[in-house]
Amino acid sequence: MVPKRLYYTRDHEWVRVEGTVATVGISDYAQQQLGEITFVELPAAGREVGQHGTLASIESSKAASDVFAPVAGKVTEVNGELESQPELVNQDCYGQGWICKLAMSDAGQVKEIMDAQAYEKYLEGLE
Amino acid sequence: MPFIANTDEQRREMLGELELSQEDLFGDIPARMRSGPLKLAEGMSEQEVRQRLAELSAKNSTHLTCFLGGGFYDHFIPAAVYALTGRSEFYTAYTPYQPEISQGTLQAIYEYQSMICRLTDMEASNASLYDGGTALYEAMMMALRITGRNKIIIDDSVNPIYRVMIESYTRNLKIELMQTHSQDGLANRQAIYECLDDQTAAVIVQNPNFFGCIDDFSDLAEKVHEKGALLISSCYPISLGILKTPGAMGVDIATGEGQSLGIPMSFGGPYLGFMATRMKYVRKMPGRIVGETCDGQNRRGYVLTLQAREQHIRREKATSNICSNEALCALTALIYLSLLGKEGFKETSQLCADKASYAFHRLTAIPGVKPHFKAQWFYNEFVLDLPGEATDVIGRLIEKGFAAGFPLSRYYKGMENSILVAVTEKRTKQEIGMLAEALEAVL
Repeated sequence: MVPKRLYYTRDHEWVRVEGTVATVGISDYAQQQLGEITFVELPAAGREVGQHGTLASIESSKAASDVFAPVAGKVTEVNGELESQPELVNQDCYGQGWICKLAMSDAGQVKEIMDAQAYEKYLEGLE
Repeated sequence: MPFIANTDEQRREMLGELELSQEDLFGDIPARMRSGPLKLAEGMSEQEVRQRLAELSAKNSTHLTCFLGGGFYDHFIPAAVYALTGRSEFYTAYTPYQPEISQGTLQAIYEYQSMICRLTDMEASNASLYDGGTALYEAMMMALRITGRNKIIIDDSVNPIYRVMIESYTRNLKIELMQTHSQDGLANRQAIYECLDDQTAAVIVQNPNFFGCIDDFSDLAEKVHEKGALLISSCYPISLGILKTPGAMGVDIATGEGQSLGIPMSFGGPYLGFMATRMKYVRKMPGRIVGETCDGQNRRGYVLTLQAREQHIRREKATSNICSNEALCALTALIYLSLLGKEGFKETSQLCADKASYAFHRLTAIPGVKPHFKAQWFYNEFVLDLPGEATDVIGRLIEKGFAAGFPLSRYYKGMENSILVAVTEKRTKQEIGMLAEALEAVL
């Protein structure tokens, strides 16, 4: 599943841009690959991160994966629900499983990553 | 006797199958890096080996009445401890590679972890580390990870061996290590507060400290937390039978040396490092952790848990490279504590304090022998000032059959006449009396 209005990275993060606010999560492909997610290590609010910098970390029963920032910015909000319900990332990765919000430092960076169509093509190439 | 199982015949067969020569296998290693024949002595017969080992072990002084401490103590080890740990299924077992099949092992480690939490009043313990020194180092690394800061403050009332270990580990890392000088035998609050800022990851102290002095770090904990830093305390487990626990003081990570829990001193090891912390930091804790859970049929079972911290999953981002524990020593500690029970442990703890107090009064009654610190609350160790050089006096007391104390000049400048004397529940009134007489005689 690849929602059309989002942008995607090669590491399978998605980003939704609304004005200067970017909401970040991981894609359906990623949550499937990870398996049952047991823990999400959220960043601290106020933390600044560069594009593709490590933003968060997701633990499943078989792996621990870093989540990289699709665009540079400052963390303004984190999804506290994930502390008690990390499985939300598996169940609703584009909705309730969002990880954090960033105040973008450079809105133009969104053009450097893939749109939905490009990401779909990229996924096909992976199979 | 060869250690490689393959016979020449099998080697020939394998190489033949691969159509390679022996040289082909090692061809990538440059000639200058290859080893030649090793200069090893001729092999000895079993009898000759036994003789040689007996000669070496005869150099040990195992007959001296031991008043040595400094982190490692001569406590009484009940025969039942040896009887149980000597069982081959415990003694020879290596760390299980399919842990969930070894439910007995995991249960033992889980119970060990539970006991450590009870002793320290902390919320989560790991399956153990190599010794008290590396445990303290790991706690420091944990604090650096948790805070993302790079400054560490450590007081010199912390065991000097541990401090040397920490210096060695941090020398080539981007860590600012600041050492404060203890004041009147206690962790120097003023000096610590002067160094403490919002770049400090942790303050490291010890209780009882290396001098045997007892402290309450509650005040320190408050100030340290105000700056968003962590308080790490290395503790002597036997003392926790009667002293205020690190948990009650507000310590964030409690570590220590578990040797005194049923493990012989053995000239340096194997020992037992323990580490316990608050639940909120458990994901940053290194080492194995055993957890309790239910299987598919709702029966209680044990697993290695939170493994995503460890290097076989996290690789270079792991909490540590340790992927093992001191299983046999942890089991020993568990058996020792179970045997003693709450009451027995408290009694042992109290006896150490009482006997040390008695020894202190007997020894300071000797003309010329004075307590080093003006007012010292000590647990089972104390520092005495002698009228002459300590190493000299200690040498003469060895001849009389006593390991009377540790010369502090080895680690602390200006303490040439001071010795650190430790007393455990194993020392009798008679032995203490004889030490006093001997000391008076050599002075």
